[in-house]
Amino acid sequence: MSAPTSPAADLFLDVRGIHKRFGENVVLSGVDLAVPRGSVITVLGKSGTGKSVFLKCLAGIVRPDAGEIRFDGHLLNAHDADARAEFRRRCSYLFQSNALLDSLTALENVALPLEQTTQIPNKEIRKRSLEALQQLDLEKHRGRFPSQLSGGMQKRLALARAIVTRPELVLFDEPTAGLDPIRRNAVFEMIVKYQRQFGFTAVLVTHDLPEALAASDQVALLDGGRMQFQGTPEAFNQSANPMVRAFRDSAGSLRENIAALRRGEIVSSEEDL
Amino acid sequence: MIRALGQQSLYLVREFGDFAVFTTRSFTEAVGSRKLGRRVTRSVYEQGVRCLPVIVIVGLFTGLVLGLQGYYVLNRFGSEGLLGTLVSLTLVRELAPVLAALMLVGQAGSALAAELGIQRNSEQIDALETMGASVYAYLISPRMIASLIVFPIHTAIFALVGLFGGYLSGSVLLNLQSGVYWAAVHNAVRPQDIRECFTKAAIFGLLTISICAYNGFNAHRRRTSTGARAVSASTTRAVVLSSITVLAADYIITSLLVNTP
Repeated sequence: MSAPTSPAADLFLDVRGIHKRFGENVVLSGVDLAVPRGSVITVLGKSGTGKSVFLKCLAGIVRPDAGEIRFDGHLLNAHDADARAEFRRRCSYLFQSNALLDSLTALENVALPLEQTTQIPNKEIRKRSLEALQQLDLEKHRGRFPSQLSGGMQKRLALARAIVTRPELVLFDEPTAGLDPIRRNAVFEMIVKYQRQFGFTAVLVTHDLPEALAASDQVALLDGGRMQFQGTPEAFNQSANPMVRAFRDSAGSLRENIAALRRGEIVSSEEDL
Repeated sequence: MIRALGQQSLYLVREFGDFAVFTTRSFTEAVGSRKLGRRVTRSVYEQGVRCLPVIVIVGLFTGLVLGLQGYYVLNRFGSEGLLGTLVSLTLVRELAPVLAALMLVGQAGSALAAELGIQRNSEQIDALETMGASVYAYLISPRMIASLIVFPIHTAIFALVGLFGGYLSGSVLLNLQSGVYWAAVHNAVRPQDIRECFTKAAIFGLLTISICAYNGFNAHRRRTSTGARAVSASTTRAVVLSSITVLAADYIITSLLVNTP
């Protein structure tokens, strides 16, 4: 694995040796990740490599079996409720499924984190929630329920809810899952735009390689339960690491495999499924 | 076999512990929660108003059957004048709290377990946790507080409608004078009977809503099923456990209160 580009002192999130298994299934076996403050870092990997589990370990939804996570220099311990509360106050999590509360309107969904975690007056909560909706072009849909919004709007609504608390760290779990290429690009643009606007640190998990390389300051590759690479997109493109090459060249190899199949040659990549 | 028995016992002990923690946190974390009153009001509406027709219908037919059966049984001994006593004490002390609780479990409890199970499946509960909100204060406490309001009120409505049902079958459809019926009701029911009735209703409400909420909330922890099947299994388990708990708790409370002056 390449060394992190920033010195340890500037690390906003420092993850070391995360292990997680579910029964006999070992998902993470010593994952490290160094996240510099104010950067966009994308964790790449094939489906089923444990990217979402890793992100959920960071968010505290899943408890890792071993390893340590330092947030802004402070060790996050499962038994240290204050440190966890502080982390949650400063961090937001964007779920792959959006996880919007379906019985609340768009405005109520955005207002919810402020209402439930702060002592800000109701008037101010409404103002900030409307601002967040406005920033994501959802103001006119404020009275609608999530089920009445399109997939893209729901994604934007989830992002509005994530940024309304003005977090310093936002974790994005497959933010473009199930979206068409145009919306996929729009979501990445949106993430970069708001990251620049609000200055948060972003950790994304995805397998959309071109978009991730374009949008990220750093990329990391998770495979075989470990982080196989971490570095800049340029370093990723030039890396001789066989796993990085295999992932990077997957689009090219698809074209070659399809051509080979059409020629009647047997090509097997089913073990990758 | 011994190992399986031991594992099952440990599982049960752990689940009892989890349930106790769940219920305690639901009350303690409600303190200072914002907009709790609004959520309690919504829960009172969900549990109360929506279940009202069922309570009225079941209460009416229970009273009608009690009046009918009671009249003919008492008539054998020439004691039909005691029909009001029989109907009122049976309803107030036993049937109203038990049947109202069972009806509320069937309607509000099952809906609550399914709703929480779906919220768990769709990561809505995880979302609340990651944003640092108290899931207990937001989702569970309002339902528990509402149960302390709704169950006694519905039990009272059940008893009143049941008394009216007894009057219909005893005095309107049969030959008992209405004055005799209502005078017997008036003389039979003592303040401690009403106290027992409301005590049972409040305890049943708290127990059943806690059990239903706990099962829905932990739908993802089921060992034998996942996804939609886990929600379905949790809902079924919630209703079955709550119903058994109502009957068991009824016996315990009755045995404790029956000799109280």
